[in-house]
Amino acid sequence: MLRRSLPLTVVLAVTLLVPLARSQDSSPANSPAPLNERRPPNWLENRRDGWGRPVKLPVKGEKSPPAPKRDLSGIWDPGDGGIQALGPAAMPDDGRPEHNPPFTAAGLEALKETKPSNGFRSTLATESNDPVIAGDPQGMPREDLFELRTVNILQTPVAIYLMYQFGRVWRVIWTDGREVPKDAEPRWFGYSLGKWVDDYTFVVETTGLDERTWIDHAGRPHSDKLRVEETFHRLDRDHLELSVLIDDPKFYTKPWIALNKLVFNLEPQTFDVREMFWEPSEFQTYNKLLGNEAAGEDEK
Amino acid sequence: MKGKVLIGLTLGIALSVLSLPLVAHHGNAAYDPTKQINLKGTVTQFIWANPHCVVLFDVAGENGQVVHWMAETENPTTMTNMGWLKSSLKPGDPISIRVITVKNGKPIGRIVYVETASGQRLPGRIVPTDDSGKSAESYK
Repeated sequence: MLRRSLPLTVVLAVTLLVPLARSQDSSPANSPAPLNERRPPNWLENRRDGWGRPVKLPVKGEKSPPAPKRDLSGIWDPGDGGIQALGPAAMPDDGRPEHNPPFTAAGLEALKETKPSNGFRSTLATESNDPVIAGDPQGMPREDLFELRTVNILQTPVAIYLMYQFGRVWRVIWTDGREVPKDAEPRWFGYSLGKWVDDYTFVVETTGLDERTWIDHAGRPHSDKLRVEETFHRLDRDHLELSVLIDDPKFYTKPWIALNKLVFNLEPQTFDVREMFWEPSEFQTYNKLLGNEAAGEDEK
Repeated sequence: MKGKVLIGLTLGIALSVLSLPLVAHHGNAAYDPTKQINLKGTVTQFIWANPHCVVLFDVAGENGQVVHWMAETENPTTMTNMGWLKSSLKPGDPISIRVITVKNGKPIGRIVYVETASGQRLPGRIVPTDDSGKSAESYK
């Protein structure tokens, strides 16, 4: 009997113990130090658009003219501030208590289920269950809070369309006075309604969001009660600000600011936006070649 | 009884396979950010792709043995903005490279910078430090 059960016992023991052993390396206590990544001082001189053409440097000291009224259209670049690898710029997952969102008990329980590959709780990348790495859409609000690169904004009399560089995805914000449909089917990007609160400030409310998405790259969860409020504020012709508020009474005791006045610069109208995808085939190549090796067993 | 053991064994193997790494992108937990090393080698391949560009290069090791190194940096979009091109490196190019290394001791690094034979320095996203661990050049 013992001899017969031995293979099963060994296999089950390995199955259970291997993940446990790995998790020793990935506890918050062993969280990695920041890599201290920055751009070199002359990076602006090297910028090219997707067509390979150099992009002109802004002229120092030149004042931008006023913005056109009630107009967000243009090609907008947030620079490095939009990448937000550690989580939202205003609430990074860096271990500082002031950067912990105000979780409810239910929110904390949901947080335990997410295993991000970055941030203070980062696991070894091989253990992450990030839905975006698996190929799911980022959805909202993560589209604003991770890999927010160049955004092309088009405006019509009834809607504003945002076309994002990362993943080449787009979303629509309706401005025609409609309401969110009753019993709305949850969507990755939800249902967005926008209105001008003054000539230069446009506020967007998004609800009906799919619970499978994460709020950010640090794995903060959300419930079906999530309401995202985006405030676009046009500072002048060449600059646009974006702020993002998270309001989810089921998972957070009070609303919290995820992005606080991130500034975008206006690109020339002729600027060609470079393609940027996380192609599954390139992911596989990368993981097979380097990713799994880097995170693999110790050779020392 | 034999059947139950077989079912259990099959289930166990299936669970073991499912627990293997499926994805490995973007984590920095694998790296030791405090230690930077310099290497000289010859490029064998330059992969200009998402999620991270990778340089493969050979380094002459002890006893004449060649060590096959690989070093990653960021995605092509970010690297284009930092002066890199798909044609920046090609097989056969001699390079000097500074990297931080993985904790598991394998010849894998994350690029601080690459210097080509012509003297061009291609910066990675890691701020260079001197050997004492202090920042030698600030990107502030």
